[in-house]
Amino acid sequence: MKALARLKHYFKSFLLWELILGLKLTGRHFFSQKVTIQYPEEKTPYSSRFRGIHALRRYPNGEERCIACKLCEAVCPALAITIEAKPREDGSRRTTLYEIDLFKCIYCGFCEESCPVDAIIETGFSEYHFEKRGENILTKEKLLAIGDKYEPQIAKDRADDAKYR
Amino acid sequence: MLDTLLILGLIILKVVAVIVALFLIAAYLTLAERRIVGFMQDRIGPNRVGPFGLLQPLADGLKLLFKEIIMPTRANHYLFIIAPILAIGPALAAWAVIPFDQGMVLANINVGLLYLLAMTSLAVYGIVIAGWASNSKYAFLGALRSAAQIISYEIAMGFALVGVLMAAKSMNLTDIVLAQRGGILHWFCVPLMPLLVVYWISAVAETNRLPFDVAEGESEIVAGFHVEYSGIAFAIFFLAEYTNMTLVSTLASIMFLGGWLSPFQGIPYLESLFKGVPGIVWLMLKVSVFLFIFLWFRATFPRYRYDQIMRLGWKVFIPLTLIWIVVLGIMIKAKVGPWF
Repeated sequence: MKALARLKHYFKSFLLWELILGLKLTGRHFFSQKVTIQYPEEKTPYSSRFRGIHALRRYPNGEERCIACKLCEAVCPALAITIEAKPREDGSRRTTLYEIDLFKCIYCGFCEESCPVDAIIETGFSEYHFEKRGENILTKEKLLAIGDKYEPQIAKDRADDAKYR
Repeated sequence: MLDTLLILGLIILKVVAVIVALFLIAAYLTLAERRIVGFMQDRIGPNRVGPFGLLQPLADGLKLLFKEIIMPTRANHYLFIIAPILAIGPALAAWAVIPFDQGMVLANINVGLLYLLAMTSLAVYGIVIAGWASNSKYAFLGALRSAAQIISYEIAMGFALVGVLMAAKSMNLTDIVLAQRGGILHWFCVPLMPLLVVYWISAVAETNRLPFDVAEGESEIVAGFHVEYSGIAFAIFFLAEYTNMTLVSTLASIMFLGGWLSPFQGIPYLESLFKGVPGIVWLMLKVSVFLFIFLWFRATFPRYRYDQIMRLGWKVFIPLTLIWIVVLGIMIKAKVGPWF
């Protein structure tokens, strides 16, 4: 019995049996469906909870949501948010300065969680870059512009996630 | 005088044609490698530069051309420069005796096989000198490994070729191919099957390709002998490696698969159907098969451990080839089959 097993072992190793099995496996994968996603043309789906670049939202009537409560500034663990506020002509409390330093931001989403009026949010948009110094500072205008640009997507993501909250 | 010049010019033209073709093959082999290995790993590989990534080798070559060649401060400058030249020289020189078709050969010499063995053995000097001149421990380790490995496998490879020599009764490569005339069963791969396997595995080891790439061993000794090389000097090592791959594939086709001979010889209907196909096309097809196997191996096998490589070379291949040479001798004496 032992001799037979030994004989079998010799035959297997001299006929390169295990190696051929390995080649068969890679050979099969050669013809299999490829899993590569060709990025700029194809994209993977992203979660509605994805935390990408920030935006400031507006109400449907065009009024900005932010009331300068500074909760986001207080909760921000990276101290990335700077807010200054004073009353507008009509007496409502608004920010005069709302800046997020993207170099400091760790995209934790606490600002979004803390916001009582859903003004500051993180969009699902992650494809942005900086070309000059200072572009890492998102000013209030930039944040509002991002919000305006992606509002349909932002609203949809919030609606999708609403039932789990 | 004019006649001599004309003949000389013609020879140089032929040499240039062969070398340009070889460089193109080497360049596109890199692309083929990346694509095929990618496919085997369920990826698609580079496909951005040009249609299907066909301009990728060009882009890579240009990039390497424009990069700086960094000379390590304490390297031996003279040897450092001469090493890549020594690597590519024999790889190209060996092609002088390769017959691409009946009569299509640069030098139809009678000791072609010996010449080839000499040239492929010289290839190790480029690697050893590169490792020594770099004055780096990784490069040095790579060079040592390469030297030991190539010398060990040279013997098995040589014995495998002795089998071919016995079967063909000639060292002239054209004669070796012609000895395999008469259809697929007459090819030496049938009676010399074990030698083909030994030759092929030794060839993979000789060219330092996976799974025998201990001289490079990215994960162990960074990049082995060419760790200090950059720019075009590195590219030349690369070129030499791929030219060597093509060379051993061509040799395998010539000595075991009937070189430029059509595989349909002796088959009634198919033979006339494929009569118009030039021999070089058959040779290229056979070489492509071997090159594909190179890449297939690379995608499949993990790197051998160093002592296992030595064991395989000395304790398996050399006895195996010796035994088969004896068997072959008996077969020739007994005039077995259609071959002898």
